[in-house]
Amino acid sequence: MLHSSVTFVQEGHLLMLSSLPVTIQLGMLYALMSLGVYITFRILNFPDLTVDGSFTTGGAVAAIMIMQGYHPWLALAGAFVGGLLAGVCTGLLHTKGKINGLLSGILMMIALHSINYRIMGMPNVSLFKIDTIFPNASAISEAPYLRTVVFFSVILGVLIIKLLLDWFLHTDLGLALRATGDNDRMIRSFGANTDMTKIVGISLSNGLVALSGGLIAQSSAYADVYMGVGMIVIGLASVIIGEAIFGTRNVFFATLAAMLGSVIYRIIVDLALRVEWLEASDMKLITALIVIIALVVPAAQKQWRNRSVARKRALTLHTTDLPGGESDA
Amino acid sequence: MLKMRQVTKLFFPGTVDEKIALVDVNLLLQPGDFVTIIGSNGAGKSTLMNIISGGLKPETGTVTIQDTEVQQLSEHKRSRWIGRVFQDPMAGTAPHMTIEENLAIAYARGKSRGLSFGVNRLKRLFFKEQLSLLGIGLEDRLRARVGQLSGGERQALSLLMATFTRPKILLLDEHTAALDPNRAELITAMTEKLVREMQLTTLMVTHNMEQAIRLGNRLIMMDKGRIILDFNEEEKRSLTIEKLLAEFEKISGHKLADDKMVFG
Repeated sequence: MLHSSVTFVQEGHLLMLSSLPVTIQLGMLYALMSLGVYITFRILNFPDLTVDGSFTTGGAVAAIMIMQGYHPWLALAGAFVGGLLAGVCTGLLHTKGKINGLLSGILMMIALHSINYRIMGMPNVSLFKIDTIFPNASAISEAPYLRTVVFFSVILGVLIIKLLLDWFLHTDLGLALRATGDNDRMIRSFGANTDMTKIVGISLSNGLVALSGGLIAQSSAYADVYMGVGMIVIGLASVIIGEAIFGTRNVFFATLAAMLGSVIYRIIVDLALRVEWLEASDMKLITALIVIIALVVPAAQKQWRNRSVARKRALTLHTTDLPGGESDA
Repeated sequence: MLKMRQVTKLFFPGTVDEKIALVDVNLLLQPGDFVTIIGSNGAGKSTLMNIISGGLKPETGTVTIQDTEVQQLSEHKRSRWIGRVFQDPMAGTAPHMTIEENLAIAYARGKSRGLSFGVNRLKRLFFKEQLSLLGIGLEDRLRARVGQLSGGERQALSLLMATFTRPKILLLDEHTAALDPNRAELITAMTEKLVREMQLTTLMVTHNMEQAIRLGNRLIMMDKGRIILDFNEEEKRSLTIEKLLAEFEKISGHKLADDKMVFG
């Protein structure tokens, strides 16, 4: 895709310099997807596999609408709506259909594969030489400063969406949504319909994922029925990497972490692709490994820490308390 | 305020595990009544609470809250009238959200949840004022995550969240049972104060017989899905644990057996 960047060799190390803005920009476009994954995975505590399908839905809707002559911005709105609808379906399957969460996501992912094919009518669509919201190659060669304009516009645009999401999560509805994932029995006892909050959350999540898909299709001038494969794992990896680096002390930092995690993920991919013995096709394995490590290590650490604390505490009891003595405080 | 008529609830009907949880339960609560409920394990106390809150739906019978029949309404729809504190201190609050966010969720009880800020300056002032009534310093920790609070603090917060919007009915389901004696006493005192000040119609399940006799203006005893004893305020005043146990044996024909029962 976007690996045409210049690299140069310095003291035997491969350094990437000029491609960094390109990678960051790509990471920011995918950041909307990881924000979506953050909503389901972290807020609703619901690993939603719909993402693999809805990302493609976004790309497919955007590409086809542009092909048919709709304005590229309208095409993006269409992608967003497509994702919202896909999310509503998953939410309905899970809440009203009482289907297990993972299975509802898988069912929608499979169903969307056919739907995406129907939307596009063919396995892939090229937007080469068609106007998108991104300037095409000839426009950039005429006015190179456009590259910088696009770079900062993307960052600003994604940042605005992040801030809108932060705002939403602090509204009454947003609080109910967060409480649904945190303690659904409690929020029901205060009058929120948890079926409704789950559907809203899953829908918004897939809307953002599809928006990301629409942006990626436009920026790479290409949409493909397989463009979403493995996206959920990339989203999880981004969220987890971001959390490890930036923490989750409140909503602002948690969404910032999801966003920047996506950028860091892209930089990791970029670096990995420069390792000679790694193939581009190894990336999915590496991504899965990142997620596995990020899930296993903290759990193991916690267990190990608890055990050592318990052991120390037990030892102090041996030395201070007489057998049969009152130890209850 | 609350009226239950001929309520019956079965679990696993028609199977070998069939269990009769409630049989022909009739109960009428006047506004401001504070009723304590005791009974042995499996007497139907929790089922009664869940039938009122909407966690369970009765097989037959009606539940009426202030002229509205609610037995078929879902739990979240009824909760506009019903405040509830659970036995588990973890159950009534959202641990990863802050104290003020939890209060904002409780504050929105019975209102539609829209897109205005959950916590704003005015609400924050109100929350501070309400928290200071608890007298345990939570008013200075509005932005602390609830997961960092102790069990007693969480239960105090749950109690405030359940009551400060003045629900028509307050359900307390052994809400001090999981706390150590000192904290349990503190929460009991808070409960008494809040219920009295807001004149809440309250149903409280407890395993502490002394507490059941001391608190409230009415005492109900349940056994095998039925209400077998019902003492009004006057009868309750002369009641002792011994008398209560003797009455129970006389009516039910067996001794009160409950591992958790506290007599003193």
